[in-house]
Amino acid sequence: MTAGLHARNVSVIAGGRSILKGVDVAMQPGKVTAIVGPNGAGKSTLLKVLSGDIVPQSGRVVMNGKPLTEWSAEDRALQRAVLPQTPELAFSFRTRDVVELGRHPHRGRATPEQDRHAIAGAMHATETATLAIRECKTLSGGEMHRTHYARVLAQIWSPLPEDRARILLLDEPTASLDLFHQHAILSKAREIAAEGAAVIAVLHDLNLAATYADELIVLAHGTIDAAGIPCEVLTSDRITRIWRVHCRVSCDADGHLQINTIRRAS
Amino acid sequence: MAAATDIALPLNDPLLARRRLILAGLAAALAAACIAACTIGALDIPVSHVIAALLARVGIVLPVDVAPFEDAALFSIRLPRVALGIGVGAALGVSGAALQALFRNPLADPGLIGVSGGAACGALGWIVLGTSLPAWAHFAFAMPLAAFATGLIATAGVYAIGRAQSRTDIATLLLAGLAINALTTAIVGYLTYLGTDAQLRALTFWLLGGLGGATWDQIWPVLLLIAASGAGFASLARGYDLLALGESAAGHLGLPVESVRRFTILLTALGVGASVALTGIIGFVGLAAPHLVRLMGGPTHRFVLPGSALMGALLVVLADLLARIAVSPAELPVGVVTSALGAPFFIWLLRRRLGEAMP
Repeated sequence: MTAGLHARNVSVIAGGRSILKGVDVAMQPGKVTAIVGPNGAGKSTLLKVLSGDIVPQSGRVVMNGKPLTEWSAEDRALQRAVLPQTPELAFSFRTRDVVELGRHPHRGRATPEQDRHAIAGAMHATETATLAIRECKTLSGGEMHRTHYARVLAQIWSPLPEDRARILLLDEPTASLDLFHQHAILSKAREIAAEGAAVIAVLHDLNLAATYADELIVLAHGTIDAAGIPCEVLTSDRITRIWRVHCRVSCDADGHLQINTIRRAS
Repeated sequence: MAAATDIALPLNDPLLARRRLILAGLAAALAAACIAACTIGALDIPVSHVIAALLARVGIVLPVDVAPFEDAALFSIRLPRVALGIGVGAALGVSGAALQALFRNPLADPGLIGVSGGAACGALGWIVLGTSLPAWAHFAFAMPLAAFATGLIATAGVYAIGRAQSRTDIATLLLAGLAINALTTAIVGYLTYLGTDAQLRALTFWLLGGLGGATWDQIWPVLLLIAASGAGFASLARGYDLLALGESAAGHLGLPVESVRRFTILLTALGVGASVALTGIIGFVGLAAPHLVRLMGGPTHRFVLPGSALMGALLVVLADLLARIAVSPAELPVGVVTSALGAPFFIWLLRRRLGEAMP
């Protein structure tokens, strides 16, 4: 049994257009994997395939050693949490009530004390504890996004038994956040990965991706252009070819990558 | 860390206590409204007589002289009417709350989106066409079940139209309701055209609706079906909270979204169909009850569902009281009263929500 999340030969066609063409990816436990690529490359579609929202026309997704479709909805929810790009909320719940929804899969399994611990911990990590009794309609966009991040953290707060890895899927988690919270949220993602979880994030900011990801997957036109550690993958040639900007890339001895964008390529 | 835990999750959440208080208050208000409804009317029965007559039925005899005609009026006219009002109001309130959860839209209402109209087709169809059916088809549940069947078709229809987008927006929902209501109005018109003179009298009586005239024999099947749908809804409360996150996110939290959806459509058609079968269309209760309850105690459905049932029952019993005394000694159909009060409320809600959406 292989822990983590694996997609094998995944193809998706929608509206007569081929969005993913035979994609193979492996997200290992203990690692943060970032999916990067220009607009329309198929990043969100790949994440939706990995989360089971989209069933690919061919290929399959294997989670913790078993095809995704063979896990029950409840078992999936116990192992894996998904933060959508634009989370929605129909009624104005209080912030803490939204985070508490993340504990739904654990009802009847976790003790009230474990639930409280997970909810408080997740709210603490996202700096939403002080918003706990605020109604969500009074929150800013960034505060709302952090609340949903707290909800998915609460869902997979404790490590799983046996050889299963927790899996966290994040679709552009930093898009609506200020600098501090961008780093806070990705640091927390690293922390869970260090505890053995597999974290997969779609990111637009290459510097953020290079700083926090162990593994980068560069997606372009529905295929994987490159995959590997940031310093090997994000060469200035590749960035110019795929993102159409000129840039200066430096990679220091301990693997820290710095990208300075200069101007758009013609 | 201990301090943070206490901020985020105080052990005694004051909101929970407040919600219990609200539910108890609504129950008390409903009890008071019921007693008022038993007391006031063409024949004024003093409150003491009402209480004495009720207690006498359970074996407690008070030293109050209740005249036999008062007892008769109470048990064969007033009480069935109040019982039907409670049942119908509760069904409309809970169904409204469930539809709003399903569509993730606080403007859903069984009347506005066509569920009631759909159910009306079945009930009317049974009045007009049922007479040509064999005797075995005329069992106690026949008419509520006919209303349930067509209500089910209408609800599923609205859902299929509204679901084109991931989140049903106000315009789509109301337009879908408009289309379904136009269709049901056409069917009702055709059935009216088909009816014989005798049927037309029954039909007019029904169309004007109201809670009056129903006998216990007609009421108990309806109350039974409403109770069944209410019990079903109670099991879905947590699921409705999750649905607020969207169907995909609810699924990621382990909710069997598809079955919650089907179950909701089924239970709504059952509750609304059973109510419409006896009382015609009573609009806006399903819209107003959940709104008022959410305003008082927040959107958690373990509170909103029972709260909407109590609030819906209270609104219908009060509206019926108003319908009986407004133009006394004649009476208005209760649907006229709820629409007269509900339409301005709806317009206010619509303006407020559209105002929010604009910059």
